[in-house]
Amino acid sequence: MKLRTLRRHLRDAFRSFLRNGWMSFASVATVAITLFLVGVFILAALNIDHLARQTESQVEISIYLKMDTSQDEIRKIEADLNNLPHVHSVRFVPREEGLAWLKETYADEADLFVGLDEDNPLPDAFFIKTDEPARTAELAQTIQSWPQVETVRYAQEEVAKLLEITTVIRQIMLVVVIGLALTATFLISNTIKLTIVSRREEVEVMRLVGASKWYIRMPYFIEGALIGLLGAGIPLLLLVYLYQQYVENTEILSMSVLSMQSVTVPLIVALFGIGLLIGIWGSLSSIRKFLRT
Amino acid sequence: MLIEMQHVFKTYKNGVVALSDITLSIDKGEFVYLIGPSGAGKSTWIKLLYREELPSKGKMLVNGFDFSRFKSRHTHRLRRTIGVVFQDYRLIERLTVEENIAFAMEVVEAPARDIRRRVNELLYLVGLKAHAKRFPRELSGGEQQRVAIARALANKPELLIADEPTGNLDYENSLQIIKLLEEINLQGTTVVMATHDRDIVNRFRRRVLELSEGRLLRDEAKGVYDRQ
Repeated sequence: MKLRTLRRHLRDAFRSFLRNGWMSFASVATVAITLFLVGVFILAALNIDHLARQTESQVEISIYLKMDTSQDEIRKIEADLNNLPHVHSVRFVPREEGLAWLKETYADEADLFVGLDEDNPLPDAFFIKTDEPARTAELAQTIQSWPQVETVRYAQEEVAKLLEITTVIRQIMLVVVIGLALTATFLISNTIKLTIVSRREEVEVMRLVGASKWYIRMPYFIEGALIGLLGAGIPLLLLVYLYQQYVENTEILSMSVLSMQSVTVPLIVALFGIGLLIGIWGSLSSIRKFLRT
Repeated sequence: MLIEMQHVFKTYKNGVVALSDITLSIDKGEFVYLIGPSGAGKSTWIKLLYREELPSKGKMLVNGFDFSRFKSRHTHRLRRTIGVVFQDYRLIERLTVEENIAFAMEVVEAPARDIRRRVNELLYLVGLKAHAKRFPRELSGGEQQRVAIARALANKPELLIADEPTGNLDYENSLQIIKLLEEINLQGTTVVMATHDRDIVNRFRRRVLELSEGRLLRDEAKGVYDRQ
């Protein structure tokens, strides 16, 4: 396509965008609302994902030994643990220490622990951390199979729950966004229809003198894309601003939140991508219906 | 041969038979009148030429394009070799005379310099140089039709089709249009003109194709409007 042609198409597209006034506005607004929600969902999903990962990485594997484990065996287990791949740190808590910790933690209910000093029900325990959260489950399984190991625990449930929330959010987002996107597409296709109808004479002449199909369609594509991109830009700015505020406020609480930089790129890609898609899809459906070429 | 039709039929979806068994050929450089009462199939025949309608049956060749091996995405290529003029001019109201003519070249992406030169040339040919900056509504019917003819010629088509070009004009203006078409024909462009205008056909004797109820009733060199 020649530069002059492109300029002409762009000019035509902008003109119709302005001429269609309220319809253009309604289309842009619907796209903007859709994409604002998409953005909120993306931010939430990214952060929960991040939180899950972090929790996972902080996860300790607790290894409780059988009551009859001897000191020699304990030393051997400690050595074996240190030799395992992806083990970052190994901490041994003897049963007496475990009881002392319990007493301290639940000092208010001291009577619960009466007599336990003589007959300590707690096992000796190891607490290990991995350098790769994804290996946690695998490691836990290996250790579980050792002869002197009674039980192995790690914060499986918490991680699973977080990941579950992310999945639910994704599903809700999918339904809401698809619904809104369809509305936006419908509105855009109606806006483009207005343009096509108002230019019927011109299109007729173009067809007659042999303008190519793509030449005739291009301004409507551009108009659709313009609506989509504008509808993406507005919520993008808004979300960036709001997220900035959020990050600043949560910093005080030292909560684990993704930084501005790490969310900006996925946000831009998703919003402009979906916006463009909705815009072009909307114009395409209108062109198919109202523009015989 | 510029136009060749062999046993061409056109039946519309609603079952109306618009053309049946048309066989004819038109040479390069000819001037042909297409006559016949309303509903005889003139408009359909014309629409077949620039593929606004497709033949239901039969072989067709226009400007070297064989319709039996034609890909519809190439329709615009065929149309660049054909100029079409209508009874109702179909000018773009928001564009001036020269812009209307240039429009036809711009949308096929002709170079800007060619467009300027060609528009000038055409304004002289149709005698509207003085009205270049006017809008269609400021012109008389005859003048508007001349703009439409200039636009149809902008991309130098081999074939000019005129569907009742004088239908809305008085005799004086009609004469002007015919003289213009004759001049264009003299310069080598083939002209096919559908008309109801008995006086014109009888005065400027040319080959006459007469359609009646979708059939080719008569094909006569230097014919007159009514059969003798």
